[in-house]
Amino acid sequence: MVEKNSMRLEFLSKSNNESFARVVVAAFASQLDPTLEELSDVKTAVSEAVTNAIIHGYEYGEGVVIVEAIIENNRIEISIEDRGNGIADIDKAMEPFYTSKPNLERSGMGFTVMETFMDELSVESHVGKGTKVKMAKNFKSLSDKE
Amino acid sequence: MQISTDIIKDYLIVTLQGELDHHTSENVRKKIDQQYYNNNLLNMVLDLRGLNFMDSSGIGLIMGRYKSCREQGGSISIVSTSSYIERILKMSGLLKLMKVYQTIDEAIVD
Ligand SMILES: Nc1ncnc2c1ncn2[C@@H]1O[C@H](COP(=O)(O)OP(=O)(O)OP(=O)(O)O)[C@@H](O)[C@H]1O
Ligand SMILES: [Mg+2]
Repeated sequence: MVEKNSMRLEFLSKSNNESFARVVVAAFASQLDPTLEELSDVKTAVSEAVTNAIIHGYEYGEGVVIVEAIIENNRIEISIEDRGNGIADIDKAMEPFYTSKPNLERSGMGFTVMETFMDELSVESHVGKGTKVKMAKNFKSLSDKE
Repeated sequence: MQISTDIIKDYLIVTLQGELDHHTSENVRKKIDQQYYNNNLLNMVLDLRGLNFMDSSGIGLIMGRYKSCREQGGSISIVSTSSYIERILKMSGLLKLMKVYQTIDEAIVD
C-alpha cells in the first residue's frame, strides 16, 4: 500500500516540454512500482494531453500548461490543464480519427490513445477558457504481478 | 532523437532512435521528405526498432509518408520488434495499410 502523495507541475507551452512532462509524471508514478508497460501507458497518455494543449489549446502561442497527479494505493490520477481555446464539441473531438488540423499531419488518435492506455478519461472544456483532461489508471497490485 | 538514412535500390531506409513525439517529429519529417524526393525514390522502410517512445505524432508521421509513397506509386513498410509500438500502429489502423517486418532485409523485396 502506498500512502497518498501528490505533485503539481507548471510549464510554458513549448514542444520540448512534452518529454519533460511525461518523464516527470512517470518518475512520480514509479513510487507505485508499476510494470514497464504500465509506465509506458502513462507516459504516452500524458504526452498526448500535453501535446494537445500546445498544438490545439494554445495553437503554438505562449501559455501555461498545468499537470497534477495524485497517487494512492495502486492508483494514479492525472490532470492536464490549459487556459487556451477550449473545445466546442467534446464528443466529436474524442471520436477516433477526428482532427481539426489534418493539414499538420495530425491523425486524430490522441484521445483514443489516452482512452486505451488509461482506465478512466474525462474532459472538461469551455470555449475561450481552456481545457482540463483528467485520467486515471489502476496499476496491478504487487501480489498480482507475482 | 537520431535519424539516419540509407538508400538501397529504390528504397529509402530510415532508421530512428530515441523518442518520436510532436517535438521531434517535425525534424524527422523534413529529413525523410528531403531524402525521398531529392533522390527520386519509390519505396520507404521505416526502422523503428531503436524507438523507446512513440505517441500519435508518430502515427501522423507514418500516415503522411504512406501517402507520399502511394502518390509516387511506391510502398512503405515498417521494421519493428516492439509490442508497445505495434499496439499503437494497430490501434490507428496502420497495420492494415502496411506490413511490419523483423529486419530491414525482409522488408526489401527483390
Ligand atoms: N487542449 C485542447 N484544446 C483545444 N482543442 C483540443 C484540445 N485537445 C484536443 N482538442 C481538439 O480535439 C481534437 C482531437 O484531439 P486528438 O488528440 O484526438 O487528435 P489530434 O491532436 O488532432 O491528432 P493526434 O493527437 O493524432 O496528433 C483536436 O484536433 C482538437 O480539435
Ligand atoms: Mg492530439
